[in-house]
Amino acid sequence: MPTFNQIRAFLSQKTIGIAGAGGLGSNCAESLLRCGAGKLIVADFDRVSDANLNRQFYFHDQIGEKKVEALRDNLLRINPFASLQMHFSKVDPDNLKLLFSTCDVVVEAFDSASEKLMLIEEMALQLPDIPVVAASGLGGWGEADSLKVIRSGNLFICGDEYSEVTENRPPLAPKVRIVSNLQADVVLEILLKDFK
Amino acid sequence: MKILLNNREEEFPADRLSIKEIMDIKSFTFKMLVVRLNDRSIKREEYATTCVKDGDDLKIIHLVSGG
Repeated sequence: MPTFNQIRAFLSQKTIGIAGAGGLGSNCAESLLRCGAGKLIVADFDRVSDANLNRQFYFHDQIGEKKVEALRDNLLRINPFASLQMHFSKVDPDNLKLLFSTCDVVVEAFDSASEKLMLIEEMALQLPDIPVVAASGLGGWGEADSLKVIRSGNLFICGDEYSEVTENRPPLAPKVRIVSNLQADVVLEILLKDFK
Repeated sequence: MKILLNNREEEFPADRLSIKEIMDIKSFTFKMLVVRLNDRSIKREEYATTCVKDGDDLKIIHLVSGG
């Protein structure tokens, strides 16, 4: 096993794309940056709201700010030298290649299932050589032992596959952060695969 | 034919079946699905026309909202 300094030096050469800066994206970005990820490219079109603070990596005094800007500020507090490319935009089939073609891996961190499907399908179509780490099934609490990683070639899906977020099964910090960190761990697994 | 369906061995009394037929037999009715045949992405429009044969690795994964 390499030392942390070796891991950090290796990861500093890598670029990670994060599609969405909500519960999954903001927390995943935090963990990856702490590990030494060289460059993060994050795209999101939303602003921080009070309802986000139960699970997302934002603070009360950031309510109303663009998530990508608030996230940049928070990440720079962890590492002021981090290379962060933040895009205040909605990811769609037309800008996907422009946003993520330089990435070594892309994290799917959207809320809605149809957006998740769009990203997974368009990545397979437009950027088939870049691994995608997605999430499905992270609502509510309890039964965290059913969280898993489904692997299929270049696609990795983290979560329990069933716990959809609904009115009565809200997303809560523990499970959302377990899954976002499961995604971050899979990113490390992918990037460090060839590390000798 | 014997295939791997979601990492479990499954046997069907036919030599070939379309992905749509397998979904009907196994009652996959969920609307947001990621389908992978031998680690290749299969789009919804291709479910009825893509054949699964003996030894294939088919994954039908549920996508649910939340993030």
